[in-house]
Amino acid sequence: MSPEVLSTPVVDTVKVPDRAHSRARAARRRRIVVQATRILLLVAVLGLWEVFSRAKVIDPFNFSMPSKIWDQIWTWLTHGTALGSLGEQIWYTLYEALLGWVLGVVAGVVLGIALGRIRFLADVLGPYIKVLNSMPRIILAPIFLIWFGLGPASKVASAVVLVFFPVFFNAFQGAREVDRNLVANARILGASDRRVTLQVVIPSATSWIFTSLHVSFGFALIGAIVGEYIGATKGIGLLVSQSQNTFNAAGVYAAMVILAVVALAAEGLLTFVERRVFRWKPTNS
Amino acid sequence: MSADTSPAIRLRGASKIFRTPSGGLHTAVRELDLTVGRGEFVAVVGPTGCGKSTTLTLVSGLEEPTEGEVLVAGEPVRGVGDKVGFVFQQDATFPWRTVLSNVMAGPRFRGVPKAEARQKAREWLARVGLAAFEDRYPHQLSGGQRKRVALAATFVNDPEILLMDEPFSALDVQTRALMSDELLELWEGTGASVVFVTHDLEESIALADKVVVMTAGPATVKHVFDIDLPRPRKVEQVRLEPRFIEIYREIWESLGEEVRITRERGAADVA
Repeated sequence: MSPEVLSTPVVDTVKVPDRAHSRARAARRRRIVVQATRILLLVAVLGLWEVFSRAKVIDPFNFSMPSKIWDQIWTWLTHGTALGSLGEQIWYTLYEALLGWVLGVVAGVVLGIALGRIRFLADVLGPYIKVLNSMPRIILAPIFLIWFGLGPASKVASAVVLVFFPVFFNAFQGAREVDRNLVANARILGASDRRVTLQVVIPSATSWIFTSLHVSFGFALIGAIVGEYIGATKGIGLLVSQSQNTFNAAGVYAAMVILAVVALAAEGLLTFVERRVFRWKPTNS
Repeated sequence: MSADTSPAIRLRGASKIFRTPSGGLHTAVRELDLTVGRGEFVAVVGPTGCGKSTTLTLVSGLEEPTEGEVLVAGEPVRGVGDKVGFVFQQDATFPWRTVLSNVMAGPRFRGVPKAEARQKAREWLARVGLAAFEDRYPHQLSGGQRKRVALAATFVNDPEILLMDEPFSALDVQTRALMSDELLELWEGTGASVVFVTHDLEESIALADKVVVMTAGPATVKHVFDIDLPRPRKVEQVRLEPRFIEIYREIWESLGEEVRITRERGAADVA
């Protein structure tokens, strides 16, 4: 009996330094399992889609199938689309969305901060902004098409009206919720009203504004795409509407995939910029 | 009386009435009469929530008195002047600025050239013992270190009048004693007049030349006590002197009554 009793603690002391190691291994294993399941899920969904479509369980004409969508993307990549090269279409849509986004963000931030800081402006303009915001603004896209024609201007305008409001409201809220202590401190230290706005209000509103930037880039893409869909000479939205008109379901899906990739890339870029801007923030919050 | 011989701060019959969100009126301070001499360290004690902080905002120019007069160096206060420094109870360092940039903020706001502001800021950072931390952001510092940044940022402007609103109340006891000593050291070199608001009677006696006891809210001056303890003082040592304890007892008799009134009112509000 006794040798066994003695040997037990010895085994324990050997195990102790192992614990951190085994915990790390468990965490790594978990990550791998999550990744594998993720990929498996994607493969399963795409595989089922392909199989059902080929077996005519679902109508391949309406629902298409992953292989055809891939073929479509590949054709566009290698031979170009009916409208010109694929890169040109992506660039066109991206250009409209980006321009609309930048204009909408600048207008939203400037007006949001101005109204947040100047009580009089907020009281006068408040109700109008509420009314405009309550409208489903995407219906403006046809009007912009009439005003600005088939070129990029009408798409930029749709993107701007979609982007403006979320950015505006966040900037406004951010300017309103500035820590009063910080403002009082800046004034005591000698800051003028302009300095308070530029060096206290705007920096503290940046985290609010950045939250809206993520959402609003999506909105800018929607504005550009819908604008192109209604009427354009180039762009992914037009690609969607042309594919639809020629009953090419694979083309519609292919355009969707391309858009998703573009949106994800933009989101990644924004997150990268955000990390650099918010170096002053504690990482855990 | 010329501006040079007039006291640093004088409040004459100053009252402040706030409008509450529900539309009522709240009198924070009433008929306040208080004089702070040049280079004098005055501590203001009173029950919690009695309106001590309001007194400071009136002197700083952040708020205007509803009635009465507030004079700084013989001149009525109109808006935030350039003579005043203010150390707040809560953290008021700018979280997006580094330590150095925080201390530079005051001179920069007042139009001092960048190089000169940086040099002055570095001097004060060295004086509060944070020279090695100038590139950190406030969230990377401890509470006591952040308070030192706030002190440096205030002193770098060379204020003639230093207003402090329970500046050390959020710190732990040891850090607090240390900071009190450091404050006395920094202040002794400047000749600034100080109004130090606190609810801690020990702290007020250890630091001040004069202790002002406020009544339960709406606050007004109840009594002013002269503290005849010799300087330079070390907070932890002066606390143990018989004279200190004598003064403490004397002031507590006056202050304790107001604390009791406040407490009874609180109990009545709860009931």
